Amino acid sequence: MMKTSFILSASLAIHAAIVAHEAEIESLDRAIGDGDHYINMKRGSEVIAGMYNELLALPEDDVLNKIGMKLLSTIGGASGPLFASFFMSMAKVTKQNVADTPLEVAAAFAAGVQAIMQRGKAQVGEKTMLDVLVPVSTQFTTLAAEGKSSIAIAQALKQTAYQGLESTRNLIATKGRAAGLGERAIGHLDAGAKSCQVMIHTVCDLVIKGAHE
Amino acid sequence: MKKFINKVDNILTESLSGFASAHRDLVTFQLDPNYLTRAQKAQNKVAIISGGGSGHEPLHAGYIGYGMLDAACPGQVFTSPTPDQMLAAAESVHADKGVLFIVKNYAGDVMNFEMASEMLPFEHATVLTSDDCAVVNSTYTTGRRGVAGTVIVEKCVGSLAETGADLASCKALGNKVNLRTSSIGVALTSCTVPAAGRATFDIAETELEMGVGIHGEPGRKREQMREADAIVNDCVQAIVTDFKAKNLATNQEALLLVNGFGATPLMELYLIYHSAAKLLAAQGICITRSLVGNYTTALDMAGASITVCLLDDEIKQHWDSPVHTPALRWGR
Repeated sequence: MMKTSFILSASLAIHAAIVAHEAEIESLDRAIGDGDHYINMKRGSEVIAGMYNELLALPEDDVLNKIGMKLLSTIGGASGPLFASFFMSMAKVTKQNVADTPLEVAAAFAAGVQAIMQRGKAQVGEKTMLDVLVPVSTQFTTLAAEGKSSIAIAQALKQTAYQGLESTRNLIATKGRAAGLGERAIGHLDAGAKSCQVMIHTVCDLVIKGAHE
Repeated sequence: MKKFINKVDNILTESLSGFASAHRDLVTFQLDPNYLTRAQKAQNKVAIISGGGSGHEPLHAGYIGYGMLDAACPGQVFTSPTPDQMLAAAESVHADKGVLFIVKNYAGDVMNFEMASEMLPFEHATVLTSDDCAVVNSTYTTGRRGVAGTVIVEKCVGSLAETGADLASCKALGNKVNLRTSSIGVALTSCTVPAAGRATFDIAETELEMGVGIHGEPGRKREQMREADAIVNDCVQAIVTDFKAKNLATNQEALLLVNGFGATPLMELYLIYHSAAKLLAAQGICITRSLVGNYTTALDMAGASITVCLLDDEIKQHWDSPVHTPALRWGR
């Protein structure tokens, strides 16, 4: 399921999707952040898309680890270590247990999300990317355990990601860019949650289209 | 946006190259990963390294030199530097007495320095600065931000390190200075991140942002513009309240730093100083050390921050000691 070719197609699609959502991500970060989130996401996704040829012949866990290391030295800010931790943890799990079935991919994804929580010392409900990632990870594991098809899972996760994003609207931020704003953050979506929703949506669409075949 | 730019992507390297060339007697610039060090490596001392997003110049590279930093890692504009920069800088300047990172308490900076620390093969410690008292209820947040008070921490810790003090002592002094330092900032305009090309936030001609962070991130409250004494008074009250909350006696000597955010003239910064010193005196805080100027900027933001550091003999000694860096120099 998660072949190198799929990871690389996903990285190209993610880069395109981030660029396509520039205005939306930027305006969210301007409202309750410090205005650098889009630039960082663009720089990170661009450099990974640019590694396509270099990564093409490598095994999946190597690809994930190299993506993590590259993001760590490219993005900076909070996003750098968080996304780097995600990919490096995913790589570790994938190395131990090749991610072939949906359940195995879900386990790798869950390990990545866990690493973000540890690095950021954050939980669900703090108005961050975790409000998208954690419900998606939980749902992913549940549906995979129920033996649902990749396409059915992808369709459901798009929905979950969107709901997670929406859930940030009425939260007071206790971590991340809007912490310190108190009630002024209420009514605004979190920019980091938005870019995660965009990325999940993009990858799910790839699965649905069968682009990994 | 009207700025002196050739290509947006090249701003950082062109600016750092100019900085290093202008101060080549003091600093050396290494490219990719980016870090700056003293022109002459110091021996037999704890290596003091700081870093953070660019756009706050002269923080941090302007404080490299005798009596302050050994190295600095500049990130992209308003974006934390990355662990590979910190590792390369540490590798270059460590002199067998350990490495002390001085890090402003922003999530990105903390995480990147944390990851660098985990990979560092020699003795190290970190001082997190958190002097910004603007955040009203700290139980709801990741914690207070590190702002202009970081300059005072870097100056005092840098001074102690020159005496050959060990890593634990340097860290302890850094923590003490941070505890006794409180800051709050006011923005009159937004700043413009070059890569974004437009103002970070909207603010009316009649408004000010009380408690703004050094990236133009919103602060405590959007308020109506008013006369300087009234604005400064609110800042001073916030700082005094903060000291009281930390159980620090305020009837003592202090250092007053009035810091410009980049687009406020010195004339106004001195006016703020005049006002703040009087108001602090009325609270029993006697200003015996001063620093007025652009020391921790936010690109082209108009506005200023007020920082008060409560002095004791040790802090006084290390503030007064000789320093020779591009941005701070006395006694040597």
